[in-house]
Amino acid sequence: MTAVISHPVPSAVSWVERPLLPKAPTGIAGLDEVTGGGLPRGRPTLVCGPAGCGKTLLGMEFLVRGITEYGEPGVFLAFEETAGDLAANVASLGFDLTRMQADGLLAVDHVNVVRADMDETGEWDLDGLFIRLGAAIDAVKARRVVLDTIENLFGAFSDAATVRSELRRLFGWLKERGVTAVVTGERGEGALTRHGIEEYVSDCVIVLDHRVIEQTSTRRLRILKYRGSLHGTNEYPFFIGEHGLSVLPITSLGLQHAVSEERVSTGNARLDGMLGGPGVFRGSSILVSGTAGTGKSTIVAQFCEAACARGERALYIAFEESAPQIIRNMASVGIDLARWMAAGLLQFHCVRPSVLGLEAHLLAMQTLVEDFQPSLVAMDPITNLIGAGQGIEVSAMLTREIDYLKGQGITAIFSGLSSGSELTSSDQQIASLIDTWLLVKAIDGNGERNRALYILKSRGMAHSNQVREFLITDDGIEFIDVYVGQHHVLTGSARASQEADERSKATALKQDIEQRQLNLERRRKSVEAQAAIMWREFQAEADIVERLRQQGSSAGEVREEERVEQGRLRSADADGTGAVEASAVD
Amino acid sequence: MTAGMDFRTADRGPELWHLRLYVAGASPKSLKAFANLRALCEEHLAGRYEIEIIDLVKRPLLARDDDIIAIPTLVRSLPEPMRKIIGDLSDTDRVMLSLQVDTLSP
Repeated sequence: MTAVISHPVPSAVSWVERPLLPKAPTGIAGLDEVTGGGLPRGRPTLVCGPAGCGKTLLGMEFLVRGITEYGEPGVFLAFEETAGDLAANVASLGFDLTRMQADGLLAVDHVNVVRADMDETGEWDLDGLFIRLGAAIDAVKARRVVLDTIENLFGAFSDAATVRSELRRLFGWLKERGVTAVVTGERGEGALTRHGIEEYVSDCVIVLDHRVIEQTSTRRLRILKYRGSLHGTNEYPFFIGEHGLSVLPITSLGLQHAVSEERVSTGNARLDGMLGGPGVFRGSSILVSGTAGTGKSTIVAQFCEAACARGERALYIAFEESAPQIIRNMASVGIDLARWMAAGLLQFHCVRPSVLGLEAHLLAMQTLVEDFQPSLVAMDPITNLIGAGQGIEVSAMLTREIDYLKGQGITAIFSGLSSGSELTSSDQQIASLIDTWLLVKAIDGNGERNRALYILKSRGMAHSNQVREFLITDDGIEFIDVYVGQHHVLTGSARASQEADERSKATALKQDIEQRQLNLERRRKSVEAQAAIMWREFQAEADIVERLRQQGSSAGEVREEERVEQGRLRSADADGTGAVEASAVD
Repeated sequence: MTAGMDFRTADRGPELWHLRLYVAGASPKSLKAFANLRALCEEHLAGRYEIEIIDLVKRPLLARDDDIIAIPTLVRSLPEPMRKIIGDLSDTDRVMLSLQVDTLSP
């Protein structure tokens, strides 16, 4: 019976390379993940907690899953409830104990121990219990045993010392038989169990809890210790659903999502453009946060419509509006959701957050996703969940939700209400989980309120750093560039007036330039005209000078001729003395 | 009350005591319990008792009938109501008191 059977560990738990210890998978959703594969095979595990925390159910489900999923018959030794009660209690979860008993796979033995009709005298032991248990184990060839709640023995016998030593012997005996046992125990004052049986069951201890905080009850599970194995140490919320227990492990256990390179449109070309062109990554998580009335829901609806238009299914989980109301409101801005509902591509799930606890919400969402198989899940608004739990719980729940959706490759869009322009604490809590964060804000001023959107972050893609004003028109969302001045950003009519102002200024300048150009041209023409006149004057003068010069030279010739002529007239000597006198006269 | 009891005793005559002793093999505790029981019966209930020994090692399924978990367990099935005494029955006075040997069989 030495257990050498190793069971496959769920792939989500990558940190457990190989089981250090043979483990018996419980088959309980989530529990095998947090225990790294199940309970220690062939050893007893103590499950303790207060009344009504789900101990018995955990034990029963461990047996039933063992029978139905792992082919390991089991024995349930009940100290509290009769076999009939047990069968009736779990029938609603789809566990047919009577059938399993008839098939020889399950033995349920109710041990009725009442001190009233019993006396003790002298020495005794619990061989009767051993024999009964042994017979039941042999009858069904059990590999799993549940003792619920063994501590009742302390109430049946006055000799607690004998009970103690016998329990120690019992756990040793169970180990020898190689059965994987779950022993339940009632939570005690200042101790895990009322009678301290954790002392004997030291391999694995699971603590269950059932707390009511702000009128919302939450069940939690914690692996207190698990000798020889790694295990998740957190408190994990768990839920008793239609199909039994569900432990909801938190994201940190597995960041193993396959990522998609595919980009999907946001439903608005301009917004796609701000996100670098093709839109957001498929399977990423998008948060649209902003104050009331900034158009968050409209953006969310547009995402849904875009998904439906691609022929994909979208699940719209609304926390504050009914489906008809959303459809009507979105129709008024040109987003026709009714059409996609009729086509079976869009499904609404409208529920008040306070109706269910957070875990129930998460489970309901997972069930819906499994049934509907959407490619986009919208939650509007997630901040309303804070009404159903405390901030840190909400963020833990959202972490699991986003984790779950990412694991399925489903794009998730959330809207979040923030109070004021500052990011709220709830925003900050989930900020790290969000891949693409769109912030919508109202910009007040000049007696009006305008909407602006910017991308706070968007992992893995180039994205615009610009603020865009957006209008919700009859045809959906329309983005407009805002006026970005030197010291401020203007939107709405202020932007329009600023733009008009700028336009008129520009016109004036243009006219001024034209005027100046005209003037200059005029001046040039006048200068040219003046230059022409002066040139003409200069030319005229030059002509005169030339004429004079020509006149001057011809006059010299005439005089020479005249002198010669005079000399001839005076009968001058041949040597020309008369000419000298004549020249002196000149 | 006394009258009723007298009436019943008178009506039924000497009462038959039916005792079942559950043991697990021939363990010292079991042997001791059987010895103690027989001594007590011979002394106080001579001729009016029968002891049935049930060895759970041989017949384990019978443990469920009387809801036996401790060994040894003595079950007084008659006279009614049923009584259970666990232990090796070494404290005779206590066993007498618990079985109400004196009150039922004066």
